[in-house]
Amino acid sequence: MEQKSSDITFLTEKAKIIRRSIVEMISLAKSGHPGGSLSLADIMTCLYFSVMNHDPDNPQWTDRDRLHLSKGHACPVWYSVLAECGYFDKKHLSFLRKLGSLLQGHPDRRVPGVDVASGSLGQGLSVALGMALAGKLDKKDYTVYCIMGDGELQEGNIWEAAMAVSHFKLDNLCAIIDYNKFQIDGRVDEIMNIAPLEDKWKAFGWHVIVIDGHDIKDILRGLNEAKKFQGKPSVIIANTIKGKGVSFMENTVDFHGRAPSGDEIEAAFKELKG
Amino acid sequence: MGELFYARDIYGKTLAELGKKDKNLVVLDADLSGSTRTSLFAKEFPDRFFNFGVAEQNMMASAAGLASCGKTVFVSTFAMFATARVLDQVRNTITYNHFNVKIVATHAGITVGEDGSSHQALEDVAFLRALPNMNVIVPADPVEVKEVIEYVYKTPGPFYVRLGRAKTEVLDKKPNFSFNKAQVLREGKDVAIIACGIMVKEALLAYEKLKEKNITAYVINISTIKPIDKDFISSLSSKVKGMVVCEEHSIIGGLGSAVSEVVCETKPCRIERVGTKDKFGQSGDPKDLLKEYGLTSEDIVLAVQRILR
Repeated sequence: MEQKSSDITFLTEKAKIIRRSIVEMISLAKSGHPGGSLSLADIMTCLYFSVMNHDPDNPQWTDRDRLHLSKGHACPVWYSVLAECGYFDKKHLSFLRKLGSLLQGHPDRRVPGVDVASGSLGQGLSVALGMALAGKLDKKDYTVYCIMGDGELQEGNIWEAAMAVSHFKLDNLCAIIDYNKFQIDGRVDEIMNIAPLEDKWKAFGWHVIVIDGHDIKDILRGLNEAKKFQGKPSVIIANTIKGKGVSFMENTVDFHGRAPSGDEIEAAFKELKG
Repeated sequence: MGELFYARDIYGKTLAELGKKDKNLVVLDADLSGSTRTSLFAKEFPDRFFNFGVAEQNMMASAAGLASCGKTVFVSTFAMFATARVLDQVRNTITYNHFNVKIVATHAGITVGEDGSSHQALEDVAFLRALPNMNVIVPADPVEVKEVIEYVYKTPGPFYVRLGRAKTEVLDKKPNFSFNKAQVLREGKDVAIIACGIMVKEALLAYEKLKEKNITAYVINISTIKPIDKDFISSLSSKVKGMVVCEEHSIIGGLGSAVSEVVCETKPCRIERVGTKDKFGQSGDPKDLLKEYGLTSEDIVLAVQRILR
């Protein structure tokens, strides 16, 4: 089983490694989604290095906590974390999005640690619902994490699932919303407003936790609260910054779906230096 | 005429029997369990039955999540809502992952009757046949329904099983469903009539009518539409002057298309497709609708005569 740590310095350092890996991977691929990957780096680091029960040597361990990345376009952060944990050789990271590569442009089951493919938005909370139902049926203690984007919440399927997860009382499910406030075409509140998020999820019968998605301590607080909470599913609304960690990628839609090039790559690495 | 059965009754009873033997079997429905008869499973095993309400997209993607944890999942609703409405969920989350999910849809085709076009799935086979990893089966009679449900239960991977609403009779044929294999029901010399679902009965009736006109026809039941029995179809096409392919489905994308694809690529022969002609359905008595949309034994006879003319 993966060694866990709640040491803030250790996790902060890990998150930095993950960010560098994201930028490197997408630069080599010359395409991909850096903005929404970087906004998740701290949360994913906390999940895999501190909170989740999982075993990189045995990805199919039946008692493992599950994670489903519903916003599949952020897979570079997932691939980085999985590789850093040892699910597969880091050499694969250099071949993201290349023909025949293990690492597809959106998550695929061939990758050790990925249970269900994603990419078409809006379906992940349902997938997590199915996993959580199976956990209850099998009387397992595992927690299912589902990471969704904020723009993704515009999909109707999400709200069908939100209703059902609470109806089935799946308190073994923890949804996490990467609330970075941007989607491809612009600001979420301008394209199609999803606010007020807290009220919506409360009305759907969820236990709502709001965190700063870049404060390691606050992330751990939220994740631990969700894990302990019983009787209702929990949703963590993580206030994040799109492109977090690379100043010129922060709070802009420009880097939602494009790779940095030339000087941008150098500048990004300079900022992410150990 | 023999005793009549609802295919969905057979489905529900078979599910309940399988549920006794296998605790890993779960069943999902979307507020139509009384009609699809998954209610028969629900009554026996309420802990392993989940009603998703009127929310098919959620149901399909949840089925994938359950399957990812090793469950054998049967999902049911009407064919209209089990295919077009959820095509993305079925494609990206069930078939791409090659999950063990069985979509058993009822109320397919024009014989839904009075509810009219919005409920008459006539393109469902075309939609799901196009998906990699998906298997598509249309049973011909109540006996074959049981055989098919038992087969898909024990066979890993995604399946689409298409059932109708109306009662049907047990056909004069041996109960020997074999996946991916065409079944010869009658032998002939002049033409071959290939059919699936309720059209198999019409094909058998057409056989008798043709015999009176001194025309002999093969009658073939092809319940596995995907993967189609290529070897059989290509060998058959060289033995006859033409083929009539019959289905309670659009002539675009279903059995007629599947057979045509094989014949064109192997041994070309004349093909006539008996199905709905790129049209929506409408309300009416099922029998009247079959006549109106050209789905009777008479229509098959006319198609055979066009080939032989």
